[in-house]
Amino acid sequence: MNLSLELMLQLTIILPLVMTLVIVAVGHRPNVREGVTIATSLALLYLVINLYQGLTSGETIEVFWWELLPALQVSFTIEPLGMLFALIASFLWLITTVYSIGYMRSHHEENQTRFYACFAIAIGAVMGIAFADNLFTLFIFYEILTLSTYPLVTHAGTEQAKKGGRVYLGILLSTSIVFFLLAIIITWIISGTLQFTPGGVFDENVNTTLVGAILVLFVFGIGKAGIMPFHRWLPAAMVAPTPVSALLHAVAVVKAGVFTILKVVVYIFGIDLLAVLPTTQFLLYLAGASILLASLVAMRQDNLKARLAYSTISQLGYITLGALLASPAAVIGSSMHIATHAFGKITLFFCAGAIFVSAHKTKISEMRGLGRQMPITMAAFFIASLSIIGVPPTGGTWSKWFLLLGTLETEQWVLMIVLLMSSLLNIAYLLPISVNAFFPNFLPGKEQDSNRLLANTQIKEAPLPSLIALCITALACVILFIYPQHLYQLSASILDISGMLYGK
Amino acid sequence: MIAHLPILQVIVPLIAAPLCLILRRAHLVWLFALFASGIAFLTSILLLQQVMDTGTIVYELGGWEAPWGIEYRIDKLNAFLLLIITMISTVVLMAAKKGIEKEISSEKHTLFYVLYLLSLTGMLGIVATGDAFNVFVFLEISSLSAYALIALGNDRRALWAAYQYLIMGTIGATFILIGIGMMYQMTGTLNMEDLSRRLPEISQTRTVFAAFAFVIVGICLKLALFPLHLWLPNAYSYAPSIVTAFFAATATKVAIYLLIRFTFSVFGLTFSFTTLPLQTLFIVLGLLGIFVASTTAIYQQNVKRLFAYSSIAQIGYMIVGFSISSVTGLTATLLHVFNHALMKSALFLALGAVMYRVGSVDLKHFHGLGRQMPLTMAAIVVGGLSLIGVPLTVGFVSKWYLLLALIEQGWWPVAVLVLLGSLLAIIYVWRIVEAAYFKPPLANTGDIKEAPLQYLIPIWILILANIYFGIDTRLTVSVAQAASQSLFGVGL
Repeated sequence: MNLSLELMLQLTIILPLVMTLVIVAVGHRPNVREGVTIATSLALLYLVINLYQGLTSGETIEVFWWELLPALQVSFTIEPLGMLFALIASFLWLITTVYSIGYMRSHHEENQTRFYACFAIAIGAVMGIAFADNLFTLFIFYEILTLSTYPLVTHAGTEQAKKGGRVYLGILLSTSIVFFLLAIIITWIISGTLQFTPGGVFDENVNTTLVGAILVLFVFGIGKAGIMPFHRWLPAAMVAPTPVSALLHAVAVVKAGVFTILKVVVYIFGIDLLAVLPTTQFLLYLAGASILLASLVAMRQDNLKARLAYSTISQLGYITLGALLASPAAVIGSSMHIATHAFGKITLFFCAGAIFVSAHKTKISEMRGLGRQMPITMAAFFIASLSIIGVPPTGGTWSKWFLLLGTLETEQWVLMIVLLMSSLLNIAYLLPISVNAFFPNFLPGKEQDSNRLLANTQIKEAPLPSLIALCITALACVILFIYPQHLYQLSASILDISGMLYGK
Repeated sequence: MIAHLPILQVIVPLIAAPLCLILRRAHLVWLFALFASGIAFLTSILLLQQVMDTGTIVYELGGWEAPWGIEYRIDKLNAFLLLIITMISTVVLMAAKKGIEKEISSEKHTLFYVLYLLSLTGMLGIVATGDAFNVFVFLEISSLSAYALIALGNDRRALWAAYQYLIMGTIGATFILIGIGMMYQMTGTLNMEDLSRRLPEISQTRTVFAAFAFVIVGICLKLALFPLHLWLPNAYSYAPSIVTAFFAATATKVAIYLLIRFTFSVFGLTFSFTTLPLQTLFIVLGLLGIFVASTTAIYQQNVKRLFAYSSIAQIGYMIVGFSISSVTGLTATLLHVFNHALMKSALFLALGAVMYRVGSVDLKHFHGLGRQMPLTMAAIVVGGLSLIGVPLTVGFVSKWYLLLALIEQGWWPVAVLVLLGSLLAIIYVWRIVEAAYFKPPLANTGDIKEAPLQYLIPIWILILANIYFGIDTRLTVSVAQAASQSLFGVGL
């Protein structure tokens, strides 16, 4: 196929949306429907990889759709950060599709057509966010993502799902309407543009108090980044089926949040301006507090998905913190962490879903000795845990390395200690799960639980598609450790483009 | 023909109304009324085009020069309003045949169309005319037919609602008449153009102050500004659904038009906003309206009533935009007049479809409708999202301009309050969504089918318009901006 890069860029957004209609149309034939979904995700990945090659060969790709309000356009372009996000999301969408076929079928979920249709809209919205050329376009797709994931969160249709959906939609819509929209409008009035500009859009002699206030509005308004106190939606969203939690609440939605924060910091404020704003320090401590508190809460959760959710909140704090540190190393660390955390966390969620489907367990206390029954799953869980903690041989090592470097560069000693302590907490709440699974008597616990599980030593893994999916993502965690070059180059070029050379 | 467009705009529905009585057969009457309204719609498009190209059109009725004769004066502002009214009236009429089938007894069907066309005539007349007394005449035509239309409902409470509206509406109209009388006494003219020239000379007299107060209070009664809104919830919830859809989208908008016309054109900006503390008063009442009405909406069990309260809240937004008294503020108000007309007519028509199939619009009867009437409920969801102001719907466009106007003036607290107010909309819209999609259907409702096409088509025309004008804002924004610029006398 000989498509121009501009056309490909538009197709990344249009294709999933059009395919939504096809999915609905063939909804009564599950095999065709899922075939269409897989074909779409393959095509999307193909498009995104082509765009990546276009970007690395130095082409500028810009698309203008239409002018929604005078001087406010819906337009798209490609830059490294968005590319990174698009690559991760489209690759993991393919994997998640494979996984959810296994999961949804063996779990006999209802309304699967609605599920796949909403999933496709959500991915289209994610592509729109990733390639948005200005804040206005980004905001539109940000809201579409919120709304299209609501039916996914409330998929079960139960009272609990309804309540979870309320919190989910309530927080995400409220923060985006009250804070995010306000911040956008003020930015527009002050600077006269919403275009993502390397080095920022504000004048040098702008009123720093006012811009500092805008920064606070942005950080709170982008509720998807899960900064405390607006994090409650994420645990609430855990009522969703596991593939939804895996892709959307470990990758697409939350990453859309931190991606937006990074994008705003780098291309609206510019990291030079950020460093002199009066509110930056306050927000840094807030992010630090978010990291520690969420880790502490995670330790107390017995429900596996809830623990993973709080772990996500904590890890999102890392990315926000890195973005706000306003140092080159920290920005690189942040964007790398978007990738490494995505692979690690999606593996963990895949494992949680696999355990739920084949062993029907949701509580961590019941998973003692599960390693005998599901060795592959628990091994993958172990690798992914290592990546989240940030130790070799997994990809998480690199991103945490650069984040720490960032705190050193800016001499934020308190935050450095926060990061180190949080890593310890990560060990405390993630590792025991897989250790107990394989060595049920190694760590102390209730006797009867382990005995009951030990009796059942037959291997009974998750459905094959799900198993393949979680092996791929676990493997990716390791590959990111051995070959981090591409990821590093993408992350480093974010700042090159924004007019700063790395390593002054 | 083209030269006579201003009068044709008003006269076509006026003549069509009694002709309905001759036709008698309900089906024919419906087609004829639809045809008349369609002609009015076309006329308004031509008028708007002409005004945007060549500027204000002045038409002397019967060739009598003003101030002796009555003059119709179409500028950008009223051309825009004429378009809104005729557009909504035509689309709503498309659903009317099915709509009144169950809600109005069959011997009154012809009467319904007569009244509907008269009411339309009244509203178009108010907007088109350039004569203050003529405004009152048309106001009475539209109001009297409105009272009768509301009373047509099968629900006996409709009579009480119509009576309430009659009392309040008559007080409002009388106030306006008194105000106009005082102005005539002081200036000796009823022509708005003349009034605007002569009033400034005598603006410091007590009579003019009193005239202003009477006119403004009268109009505020008509537009259901908080706390003068008490007639509206009952009138909207007990009137036949079609009537509600028509009035919710047009009647209050006409009153907003009058408010703008009298404050900006007749009394003039300086008098209205500098000499008198209209700004403070309106901003407070507007905000109070947003919060009180939205909060009340949250606690309603009857969905028609819920959206009636939501209408009062939306009027609050228009008033806030109006009271900023800047070009952007007025643009926001005009945009919201257009956009809110689209949202509310779609929503009330969808409620009419629910009424047609289910026979009730109580929240508990919405249980399970998400599956039984998927297209109707999807329309309510999209309309609701537009009400909340989600991007790519019209609600977002007007909210954007309102915030822009507020922040331009540095009214931060008000901007934040407006945003908080729109959160309340999420709550009341989502109560309906949850009822429709999460609750199982009530046991004894039997088989509920999707609404008939005659309902679905107009509903979805309006819903798609909600999305279309949320994406392509060139027409609405340019007209609203041009209208508000000309009212402020800039860019001419």
